[in-house]
Amino acid sequence: MRNLLSVILLSIVLGFSSLVMAAGGNLHLDKAPGDLTDTESLKRGAQAFADNCLSCHAADYMRYNRIGRDLGWTDLEVTEKLINTRGADGEKTKAGELMKVAMNNDYSSVAFGIKIPGLTVTARARGADWLYTYLRTFYLDDSRPTGMNNLAFADVGMPHVLWEKQGLQKAIFKTEKGEDGNDKHIFEKMEIVQAGTMSVEEYDAYVGDLVNFMVYMGEPMQLERKSLGIKVLIFLFIFAIVAYMLKKEYWKDVH
Amino acid sequence: MFKSLMTWVDDRFPATKMWNEHLAEYYAPKNFNFWYFFGSLALLVLVIQIVSGIFLTMHYKPDGAMAFASVEYIMRDVPYGWLIRYIHSTGATAFFVVVYLHMFRGLMYGSFKKPRELVWLFGMFIYLALMAEAFMGYLLPWGQMSFWGAQVIISLFGALPIIGEPLTLWIRGDFVISDATLNRFFALHVIALPIVLLGLVVAHIIALHEVGSNNPEGVEIKKHKDENGIPLDGIPFHPYYSVKDIVGVIVFLMFFSLVLFFAPEGGGYLLEHANFIPSDPLKTPAHIAPVWYFTPFYAILRAVPHKLTGVIFMGLSIVVLFLLPWIDQCKVKSIRYRGASFKVLLVLFVISFIALGWLGMQPATPVLTMLAQIFSAIYFGFFIALYFTSKNEKTKPVPERITK
Repeated sequence: MRNLLSVILLSIVLGFSSLVMAAGGNLHLDKAPGDLTDTESLKRGAQAFADNCLSCHAADYMRYNRIGRDLGWTDLEVTEKLINTRGADGEKTKAGELMKVAMNNDYSSVAFGIKIPGLTVTARARGADWLYTYLRTFYLDDSRPTGMNNLAFADVGMPHVLWEKQGLQKAIFKTEKGEDGNDKHIFEKMEIVQAGTMSVEEYDAYVGDLVNFMVYMGEPMQLERKSLGIKVLIFLFIFAIVAYMLKKEYWKDVH
Repeated sequence: MFKSLMTWVDDRFPATKMWNEHLAEYYAPKNFNFWYFFGSLALLVLVIQIVSGIFLTMHYKPDGAMAFASVEYIMRDVPYGWLIRYIHSTGATAFFVVVYLHMFRGLMYGSFKKPRELVWLFGMFIYLALMAEAFMGYLLPWGQMSFWGAQVIISLFGALPIIGEPLTLWIRGDFVISDATLNRFFALHVIALPIVLLGLVVAHIIALHEVGSNNPEGVEIKKHKDENGIPLDGIPFHPYYSVKDIVGVIVFLMFFSLVLFFAPEGGGYLLEHANFIPSDPLKTPAHIAPVWYFTPFYAILRAVPHKLTGVIFMGLSIVVLFLLPWIDQCKVKSIRYRGASFKVLLVLFVISFIALGWLGMQPATPVLTMLAQIFSAIYFGFFIALYFTSKNEKTKPVPERITK
């Protein structure tokens, strides 16, 4: 029986490793420097998110004060730092409310031609590395209505909101013959055309914090999940020993 | 006190009788091995799914405009809602892992053979109901993959001649997947199919306990009984296998917890990345693939260039499993005493099933489609070859009693 199993397993592993190597080969994504235990980074990211993203994008599965509770801000601090919207009654949005968008949906669908997506769980849909690459690879492109294109998201509709911080950059492509004989444009490097208010390192760190926050927001209980998991596993491990001893005791008389 | 209470109950309801028939005096072969954990584990996962499902139902909204948000509400605002949701989503995968291993056990040791044909058939109907249950449940989070996965699968019915189009309309309740579809899938997922599943599970167990369990040696323990009519190689299920299964349950729960707490997305295979984008009828995702437990059949579907023929072959790939007790005509049950031909065929079958499962997840390129065709041929070839070779297989002598 053991032989049968190992034959099956081995042939699968061998068969698929060759196939997997043949696949792949998309845009190289930069590794996002995320760390969910770094509360200061998350706080900076939350601030960056509220300052830049929340005016057009909603995050309306998330409550403002959940961020406060998880990261160590009081409701008052959350209201001061993160909330820029008012309700229909003219009152400032409460800390316990969902993070609704400031912009009117009817307006945005006319202005941008689409319903602007909410961002609460975008980090789970796209992945941190994609977001980190996306927010850093806007480049000048006259053919686009916003004058900008993006390496990670071709023909993107979103303007480069952070351009003042990053500056403006030009993408250098080289042309190569592809396997099919057609010319392929391969990205080589970015060149800063107009400097922003931040250096490259500062901007990368700024985006890193923002992405880190979006990962947190996508699954705010992630740290709790893992720490509970360790406790559960320790409990099960002890239980397994007891259960095994019980089984052994009963099975003594089976021959 | 307790004794007189039990007598009072037993005079009115066969509680003790049932306890004895199915547990304390149900004699199971003493040589169950690792593979025999998965039956009781399947029952455990069924209970896990029902209990976690009940709690999800308390907070979930089967409404096209609210479903996606209500799942995130469960993940964030319901106390331990995330835990319940992950238990349920991990449980779906665990169910199929356990059931596939359980079915493989049956294949290996010939547990589908006479006199256990009905046990196998009830089991196959459970499998079918489980697939329907999982498919309908997958629509409920109302993400892009929920929506487009359902769109692809339901449109398969459209390939049927004449009744195809009206049938898809009838299933969806609309011209596209919509609020109407979501609402009825919810009803089927939380009421109709669970009732069917529970009924079938009861039938599966009653049929099993009527004929008795098979074992890795494939010998019938009921052939040799002592003077009290108790099989010589049998031991009472309770306490022997109840205490043994507890060990299995805990080891299973450890693996379950590893996924649940440390990788609930399963690298995008259990909770697909595209399903974190709310469903959008106007945007088709670049790559639509069903969840892993359906992909072997999906690969067979795509391997056939003609849509209707592909649907027929996909159906046949499941139907043929029902017929296994009559396809395999070898008198020897266990793989331990069967001929080399069966061992080779079984290895090929398992490889083709796993390979098809992998291929069903990949985008269909010409090379991969060709591979899918080869493995589909092996999948069906298993049953055809088994039908012809099993009758005259060179088997080894089967012992009279369980010796190891």
